[in-house]
Amino acid sequence: MGKTMSEKILARAAAVPEASAGDILWVNVDKAMMDDILGPRVEIAEKMAEIKDEVWDKEKVVVISDHYTPPANIKQAEIVKFTREWASNHGVDNYYEFIGPCHQIMAEYGHVRPGAVVLGTDSHTCMGGALGAFATGVGSTEMLGVLITGKTWLRVPETIKVEWTGKMAECIMAKDISLKTIGVIGHAGATYKAVEYTGDTITSLPIDERMAITNMAVEMGAKVGLMAPDGKVVEYLKQRGINDGYTLVNSDADAQYCKTYKFSATDLVPVVACPHEVDNVTEIMNVEGTSIHQAYLGSCTGGRYYDLVAAARILKGKKIARGIRLLVSPASHEIWRQAAADGTLAVLADAGAIVLAPSCGVCVGLHSGILADGEICISSTNRNFIGRMGSKNAGIYLGSPVTVAASAIAGKITDPRRFI
Amino acid sequence: MSNIVRGRVLKYGDNINTDIISPPQYMELSIPEAAKYAMSAIDPNFATKIQKGDIMVAGANLGSGSSRETSPLTLKHLGVGAIVAKSFARIFYRNCINLGIPVIECSETDKISDGDVIEINLTEGTIKNVTKDEVYTCSKIPPHILALVNEGGLVSYLKRIV
Repeated sequence: MGKTMSEKILARAAAVPEASAGDILWVNVDKAMMDDILGPRVEIAEKMAEIKDEVWDKEKVVVISDHYTPPANIKQAEIVKFTREWASNHGVDNYYEFIGPCHQIMAEYGHVRPGAVVLGTDSHTCMGGALGAFATGVGSTEMLGVLITGKTWLRVPETIKVEWTGKMAECIMAKDISLKTIGVIGHAGATYKAVEYTGDTITSLPIDERMAITNMAVEMGAKVGLMAPDGKVVEYLKQRGINDGYTLVNSDADAQYCKTYKFSATDLVPVVACPHEVDNVTEIMNVEGTSIHQAYLGSCTGGRYYDLVAAARILKGKKIARGIRLLVSPASHEIWRQAAADGTLAVLADAGAIVLAPSCGVCVGLHSGILADGEICISSTNRNFIGRMGSKNAGIYLGSPVTVAASAIAGKITDPRRFI
Repeated sequence: MSNIVRGRVLKYGDNINTDIISPPQYMELSIPEAAKYAMSAIDPNFATKIQKGDIMVAGANLGSGSSRETSPLTLKHLGVGAIVAKSFARIFYRNCINLGIPVIECSETDKISDGDVIEINLTEGTIKNVTKDEVYTCSKIPPHILALVNEGGLVSYLKRIV
């Protein structure tokens, strides 16, 4: 019987000949990532000092200060300082700060590779599945165990196959695929399971777009969101100077899936997730005209280069509506520079956008774009839970980068196809 | 801790996510400070009304969203004795076990009301509603996981093995 990507990757990581869904394995972790908000400061530093104050393998630990950067107050500044000093004191050279959300940095700096097991103290660690890694989020105490022993126990998940076929129309983006899938499967429809995205729509997407899909697998409760690594992944790694040290692992043709969903990209229209649940997904015509106060283009879900260029195409030569703000946070310093160098940021700024530092701040309501009572935001991010971006009396609609751009021009939720 | 947990119920509905349990704006605070704002988006009185040993009972998909351990940490700080729900999000469930908080799945939580006193038998997989004189079936905690919970969580276990 054939095996899924999860079964193969976890068997290799546990050094067993083969594994099947349901098996519980002690696996060796290839990369352990901590951020600032849920890293050393939460349980880890204090408890490690009591147990064994040394990481199992310095090369395999990555620490990224991204949520509280740039700090909005002294408490946040102290957390970033603490995180930086902890990394330094523990000999962790893979330390990054101020250059963008951790998942994007993990990919750009080659810490996520096909076939690897990657754990991170952030639920959207599952984004790494776009590069063919078994990447998943863990809590801080679990990370503490990994840092000391290099291992954790994982149950090999059953796999749900999500197949997208056909060509997307203009102004339809991977974010629409992501949201549509979540709307159908439901916010707990893949709990404990792996989701494998397949089909010619997926393989036709650039890596930037693929990441917008795997990033949100956890919004269905999934443990990982996987895509078979192909030539585009090899090329992505090559551009970062990585030519070996990884294994391309694909599911066998006769692998066992617990469920299969089939979608047609040809019929897909822009969709949005309405407050306050990510699976509260509807076609954009059902909420068109809803007034907004803020439009946000950014994050590890919707702030990549491809997203900025797509939004700039809509905004070029136009102005955002009077009285609203369009905030843009490129998902990394590299993306910031690339978009600055080719004029994309200038197009956005000319339209009235405020370009912020690469950071998690706006998405999770920590700084730089917090919502007041009664305010509505259309956002290219991944979560719209009550109170997430600020006031519990604010509302967040999730949409694609072009939907965010079109809505910013009109000052209300707007179908991006009106601008083509 | 024995295999029996008894306490007063604080009852909530479906989809209580980690942004509700541990609002992100307060995560920069210490756990005792942040705990004052736990659940505040849907129940501003939560932190003042919870008493040590109370049992949180909820509907489906409890703890969805972020991996933030500040969610179970604040609940633990406030004294929650156990958590019962129809279903849990994966990372939240693991975090609770790692912190030594018993987590139980029970499909019949609709029958449990706020303020009821319940008694959970973790090894038999039953919940006795003392107030209503009813008994429900629930998931059992497997012996090796219960051992981890009874030991006080993963940290105590690590101290022993390292």
